[in-house]
Amino acid sequence: MQQVVAGLASGSIYASLALALVLIHRATGVINFAQGEMATLSTYIAWSLTTNHGWNYWPAFAVTLVLSFVGGVGIHQGIIRPNEKGSVLRVVIVTIGLLILINGLIVMIWSGEVRAIQSPFPTRTVEIGGVAISIQDIGTIGVVLATVVVLWLLFQYTKIGLAMRAAAVNPAEARLVGVRVTWMLSLGWGLAAVLGAISGMLAAPSLFLDPNLMAALLIYAFAAAVLGGIDSPVGAVVGGLILGVGLNLLGTYVDFVGADLRLPGALLVILVVLLVKPSGLFGHREVKRV
Amino acid sequence: MTALLALDDVEARYGPVQALRGISLEVAEGQIVAVLGANGAGKTTTLRSISGTVRRSGTITFAGKPLRGGPEAVARAGIAHVPEGRGTFTELSVVENLKLGAYVRRDRELRADIDRISEWFPWITQRAHQPAGTLSGGEQQMLAVARALMSRPRLLMLDEPSLGLAPMIVREIFRIVRELNQRDGLTVLVVEQDARIALDTASTAYVLEVGRVAVEGPSEELRENESVRRSYLGY
Repeated sequence: MQQVVAGLASGSIYASLALALVLIHRATGVINFAQGEMATLSTYIAWSLTTNHGWNYWPAFAVTLVLSFVGGVGIHQGIIRPNEKGSVLRVVIVTIGLLILINGLIVMIWSGEVRAIQSPFPTRTVEIGGVAISIQDIGTIGVVLATVVVLWLLFQYTKIGLAMRAAAVNPAEARLVGVRVTWMLSLGWGLAAVLGAISGMLAAPSLFLDPNLMAALLIYAFAAAVLGGIDSPVGAVVGGLILGVGLNLLGTYVDFVGADLRLPGALLVILVVLLVKPSGLFGHREVKRV
Repeated sequence: MTALLALDDVEARYGPVQALRGISLEVAEGQIVAVLGANGAGKTTTLRSISGTVRRSGTITFAGKPLRGGPEAVARAGIAHVPEGRGTFTELSVVENLKLGAYVRRDRELRADIDRISEWFPWITQRAHQPAGTLSGGEQQMLAVARALMSRPRLLMLDEPSLGLAPMIVREIFRIVRELNQRDGLTVLVVEQDARIALDTASTAYVLEVGRVAVEGPSEELRENESVRRSYLGY
């Protein structure tokens, strides 16, 4: 039971990053390979605010989210948008370039040293029904759940959310009704950056902060997104949780797997899903009509 | 009387193919104007050049001002374009489609407008929350028209509303367009392959031939004109 909760906690971190990938993929058909590094950059900003500038955790958390949002919008407007006229491949390659650029930037500013970042939650455990559960795990799950609910409300019940969905499913039509599609895509990048920042800040306390913090997490997030269906936000969340719990239980109870084989486990998930059911659990198969 | 919409020597091309070779036409306020012609004559491109979805040269004046910019700007100027082939968001619900139609409006009277438009298309109320993609072809075309009306347009542009629909449904759609015109004074520019029903609905018509206006005039006259009928309208 303890392992299930721990799995849900790491799963919700994957879910948040996976959701970021899905958001951008739905809107533009592109996998943003720089998503992990963008998240790492956000986490460094949070670290810098708390450690070097003496901020409290939550104000730093909030300011980081705002900066990440602005950064996400800026990256789309400044770097991605000029390349969108070309092929999808071109944008993908730009995101890979962005990955390398941001990684280099982080090392340049903060050096490659491993840093400890404080956790907003106590590391104590509480007993719930005879099971010792760490407060940090509960907090992590709580923050991600709250984020998902806010996003869902945004997309379902606001005018701007509806416009973003319209721009994602049918950009040409959306422009005809007056939606400024490029700005909607930029907003999507902003929200994705926020989601990434959340996953980075939640992951860093237990994984420690170094420039490659999110590299492995991005693989897990890919696996989660592919498992859930790369176009399904619900799928990304469910996929993340399943993956978190599954890998954690596997690592704990199956001797030969251990902690080292988790990452290959995630890669195996990607491979199997793509071979057996490419649309994932919740995605729908792309239908091309004539 | 000055026209609500005026095209003056508009040209447009898709790569090397010149689709419009200098189109001039006028739509007066409160009028229904039809654009007819064979496949590839430039009917759809004419509408696209107005809504800014294709690059064009020449001047287009709308409500006394030059019309510029992409489709987002044109939609804000008060022109609603229902594109060819059921322009709906198939993955979104019927109500969401209608709300998107009103995207450029700032007021909060959406509810009342949805109710008002449901009077024209009564089935909308029952199917409000169903994805638009599950509607029949005719219903999707009607939803596209309804969505365009949600923007309270000064000009409604319809591209081949009859495409792929049963004659009965086509008549129903044109009946609604005519009534909207008579009751609410809605100005309509309709592109149509089915010349007969278009001429019955419109007061003025333009016949296009390879990117130029070949014949223009009151619908009555075009209908009576033997040679026009034979060479351009095919009946």
